Amino acid sequence: MALEAEAIPRNEFLEGAALSMPIILGVAPFGALFGMVAIQQGFTVAEAVFMSASVYGGASQLVGVDLFGSRVAPWLIVLSIFAVNFRHVLYSAAVGRHFARWPLMRQAIAYFLLVDPMFAESERRVSRGQTLHFTWYMGMAIPIYVSWVLATWIGATFGPLIPNAHAIGLDFILPLYFFCIVLTFRTRANWLPIAAASAVSSVVAFHTIGSPWHVTIGAVAGVIVGALMPGAGAAQPEETEGGNL
Amino acid sequence: MSTIFWITVSGAILTYLTRIGGYLVISRFNQLHPRVEAGLNAVPVAVLTTLFAPAVVDGGPVEWATLAVAAAIAFSGRSFLIMFLIATAVLVALRQFTG
Repeated sequence: MALEAEAIPRNEFLEGAALSMPIILGVAPFGALFGMVAIQQGFTVAEAVFMSASVYGGASQLVGVDLFGSRVAPWLIVLSIFAVNFRHVLYSAAVGRHFARWPLMRQAIAYFLLVDPMFAESERRVSRGQTLHFTWYMGMAIPIYVSWVLATWIGATFGPLIPNAHAIGLDFILPLYFFCIVLTFRTRANWLPIAAASAVSSVVAFHTIGSPWHVTIGAVAGVIVGALMPGAGAAQPEETEGGNL
Repeated sequence: MSTIFWITVSGAILTYLTRIGGYLVISRFNQLHPRVEAGLNAVPVAVLTTLFAPAVVDGGPVEWATLAVAAAIAFSGRSFLIMFLIATAVLVALRQFTG
């Protein structure tokens, strides 16, 4: 059944673009915030926009400009950016199995755009047994990327004019989004123990070591639980569900 | 070139390495150990949970009510989009009263 639907790609690009809309609502204020903070820490507008366009990782960029403002050694700033983005190693290891059939250049582009929501939606699509098409991927990735860069420019240029994101709930949009995504994964093997290990360890790390290290620590805890659970050794790779490889 | 420029370029290169690195390592193996496979399948839940857990704990009644609504919709078998849109509407509505 899934095979027939996949044989004629409908407008995959528009389908992906539709998925980017809620993400943009959460990402744009964050991008504007980054632009605003970067200016306060001594970046020019061009430098802030260049960072958003080249690093393209919100939390790591905020950590970077924050450390820059407190006169930390440059190599330490670079190391911190790397540490915050380390979770992407796990993303590329997991989702790369589904990119592998694309031409090399497309894979190289897709990896550059592999931010949290792109990873989340790609995994959700694979979980439902749908094929991961490059067109679909770009349909979602391009609007998010453009919004991120554009929002940075707006924040850097018009910083003080930006409305209060808290009052309209934008500050909680991304946590809510990731919460909903994790709920859709609830039929996966050992969903509850993995989520529980990850939640508890990230919250503890958040309040002891501090942000953004809680992400890596919580992620590692969850992955270890997933790998060590009884029966995990015999787990079925989920791409067999769809049967469309 | 300025310090900011070099920090940005180095940060961008290292970030790109994290985005391809996992696959470069995994693709060297023809056959993955089932426990590695299980670990990889745990990645979405393990990482994405860390992106909301602290915000939930630090949230208040508004945030918790929003998540409870989302969970109730999820377990009633509705689609992801319906869950997310209704929960967002609840969040925005409740914020109007609490500020």
